[in-house]
Amino acid sequence: MAEDPITGIVCPIRLDYTITPGRAQTRFLRGLESGKLLGQRCPATGKVYMPPRGSSPTHGLPTTEEVEVADRGTVTTFCVVNLQFASTVREIPYVCAQILLDGADIPFFFVVQEVDVNEIRMGMRVEAVWKDPSEWGPTLENILFFKPTGEADASRESYKEHV
Amino acid sequence: MRDVAVVSFAQAPNLRSDRERNEVEIVMPVVREALDSVGLEQSDIGFTVSGSCDYLTGVPFSFVMALDAVGAWPPIEESHVEMDGAWALYEAWVRLQHGDIDAALIYSFGKTSLTDLDKVMSCQLDPYTLMPLWPGAISLAGLQASAMLAAGTVSEADMAAVASHSREAAQGTPEIPEAEGPADVDDLLSRPRVAHPLREHDIAPATDGAAAIVLVAGDRAAEVCDKPAWISGIDHRVDTHAPGNRDLTTCPSARMAGERADVGRSHIEVAEVYAPFSHQELLLASELGLGDGVDVNPSGGALAGHTFMVAGLARIGEAARRIHDGTATRVLGHATAGPCLQQNLVCVMEAAR
Amino acid sequence: MSELCAVTGVGQTHHDAERSDLSMHGLVREAAVRALADAGLEWKDIDAVVVGKAPDQFEGVMMPELMMADALGAVGKPLLRVHTAGSVGGSTGLVAAKLVQGGVHKRVLVVAWEKQSEADASWVLMMKIPFAAPLVAGAGGYFAPYIRAYMERSGAPKDTGIKVAVKDRLNALKNPYAHLKMPDITEEMVADSLMLWDPIRYLETCPSSDGACALVLTAEDALGSCEKPAWVVSTAMRSEPTMFAGRDGVNPQAGIDCAAELYRKGGITDPRRDIDVAEIYVPFSWFEPMWMENLGFAEQGEGWKMTMSGATALDGDMPINASGGVLSSNPIGASGLLRFAEAALQVRGMAGEHQVDGAKLAMGHAYGGGSQYFAMWLVSSDKP
Repeated sequence: MAEDPITGIVCPIRLDYTITPGRAQTRFLRGLESGKLLGQRCPATGKVYMPPRGSSPTHGLPTTEEVEVADRGTVTTFCVVNLQFASTVREIPYVCAQILLDGADIPFFFVVQEVDVNEIRMGMRVEAVWKDPSEWGPTLENILFFKPTGEADASRESYKEHV
Repeated sequence: MRDVAVVSFAQAPNLRSDRERNEVEIVMPVVREALDSVGLEQSDIGFTVSGSCDYLTGVPFSFVMALDAVGAWPPIEESHVEMDGAWALYEAWVRLQHGDIDAALIYSFGKTSLTDLDKVMSCQLDPYTLMPLWPGAISLAGLQASAMLAAGTVSEADMAAVASHSREAAQGTPEIPEAEGPADVDDLLSRPRVAHPLREHDIAPATDGAAAIVLVAGDRAAEVCDKPAWISGIDHRVDTHAPGNRDLTTCPSARMAGERADVGRSHIEVAEVYAPFSHQELLLASELGLGDGVDVNPSGGALAGHTFMVAGLARIGEAARRIHDGTATRVLGHATAGPCLQQNLVCVMEAAR
Repeated sequence: MSELCAVTGVGQTHHDAERSDLSMHGLVREAAVRALADAGLEWKDIDAVVVGKAPDQFEGVMMPELMMADALGAVGKPLLRVHTAGSVGGSTGLVAAKLVQGGVHKRVLVVAWEKQSEADASWVLMMKIPFAAPLVAGAGGYFAPYIRAYMERSGAPKDTGIKVAVKDRLNALKNPYAHLKMPDITEEMVADSLMLWDPIRYLETCPSSDGACALVLTAEDALGSCEKPAWVVSTAMRSEPTMFAGRDGVNPQAGIDCAAELYRKGGITDPRRDIDVAEIYVPFSWFEPMWMENLGFAEQGEGWKMTMSGATALDGDMPINASGGVLSSNPIGASGLLRFAEAALQVRGMAGEHQVDGAKLAMGHAYGGGSQYFAMWLVSSDKP
């Protein structure tokens, strides 16, 4: 007599990790505690990395010089997310953009809110909306989201090397 | 085969917990030192390959970020194995056989302090029958040690002697700055058991670290290095998985790899074998035919400080170092992976080309 | 010293969302047994086994090839495990080819696989990692902005991606192993599907599949009875950092350099003219025109014209993804090797209903990470 095949067993796995940010990221995170965005400069090219990860990826060199960058910048490109993810609690649709902060030489991903998804565009100027300073910690989560500044759009020329 | 040599080796200190630095910060100076010591730049390297483990970092694709440590620009020919760096070195050795490039960079990293290594090791076991029991690497090694003791191939005093030697060898070395204090065999045997029959000294402390090696082929090797460690034989083999299906008092894959690497062709002066448990050093010495007169693990070995994913590459590097400094002419580096020495790699290096 | 290497055996599973009829062991064996049968070999004939897959968290087993050593026929043999993100299937094929070309082994079995249904792949890909930027929106959220930048740069018609999505799914109907079978697919259906990550629609994305692919790679003096080998005429791989100042994420330099090396080694001067068919890693439909430019099949800004003119269709002058591609089957770790395998099937004349008539030179392509890892090969029906 054929038995029903077993097609799966559940084997729960729990592993705990203590992630260490490292020396360079620690400096960046300490900056965030006081509301500063501290990029780091590549010693070979002079380019400012934001967020910094401790090395110049193109040269394999430590980035030791801190450079404060603005909490406003330019949307270089973006997408509109209409998919609900279990791990995020954001209401859809929301805008996920590559933002080139003034003073940085590399864009980074962040959410843009307080904008009509039909209005978001490449070149739009945006600024960070921070949590109340009393809630600041050593985390990028101090920034809730970015929102339009209302400034005139940046020229294509000003960010074309960053998409 | 084309002549290929280990021309440089660098490793980070094996620390119980390198809390200050992330993986990139541990790898970056090691890669830099390995290149600088032979006057090479990334642009001289034809092939770069690394070894690391996503389960150790807890993050998928963890090797991608580590690439930031090597300066992969302009784009480089590069690969990665989810294996100890010793197997990355094997891939680089194969790549150098093609003859179109002359130099390869190999690196690996492991930060065991992020998690519980013994627990993580359970996750590489058969998920249907073994992993749900969470036996851990230490318990399985205990089964192996019991089998060896029962078979009479080792004694607890033999195991303690391995540990005693390892501790003494590692004292004061920059590679193992937190070595356990020296202790003689009687002292060690008087201490309590951790997982029968293993005592604390039989089990390697898990450490954080990284290592890098540069391989150079042909005449170029002698140009960048006074005493290149020429690879005369390299091979790796794997055994069946389930510890219950193996005779744990033997290690056929290590024996086979040793034979294929022609270990027995002439005398080995120094052997660095990757044995995170004391009895495993004895088993490996036996399977590799390392008799009297072979200096086994003069660095202290992995038993003094076990950086998972790095320890095998570091064994090859430590052995090569003895050729580089002129204190040996024929050496062996060994690496292992999997529960109870399931997979083994042997690399024989010689001063003479 | 570089020995000739040929593909003499190709095998793949029937890819599906969930192959709950098979264990992980059974999945890799379904592909491996087919590859061995095609090559006319038995397990004992294999000298070494090379395995590739994406992150181990996808199945919840660390270095699973070790617990599958018996199922892979690897006991007593060398066993290597490659992991280079999404390009891993391609990289695995190249590691194996190098073992043969380097004169180390005569017959190597390559197996690449993924059984995404074993664990939660989207959890793995969107794991919250401390200190990293807090936003998570999945792989589509990462690539969609680059697609938008491509659209803006090239001025491509908005329906280019839709055309690719339909073409590849119609090709998949001719491939018995493909996961997605959508006989009724139309451009309207794709256009009306949910805009997940604007500008990427649901039907413009790849599925999540269980599947495996296996190849037997053989040295020239070990071909045995194989009458239709696919000769490996050129290989190349390139990587660049994930993010750096001035990086072109739409047209990555690593892809340009990798293709240039591939063509140089293969004696290719005009890829669109010289190459008969290509299997390109296209997980989102817009990557077809983007890669056409990156790989030199089209001038900058003109890749979309190949799609819109039908050049990339099965009966076009440069058929792309005749098998249905990643858009129709995506067992992540195997997806790159499937591209390499399908290229080999084409030049061996064994692609069945999706065979491109007279294909003699074919390209397999894989990419991974943030469009930063590239692996490619050229295979030919003619001995080099």
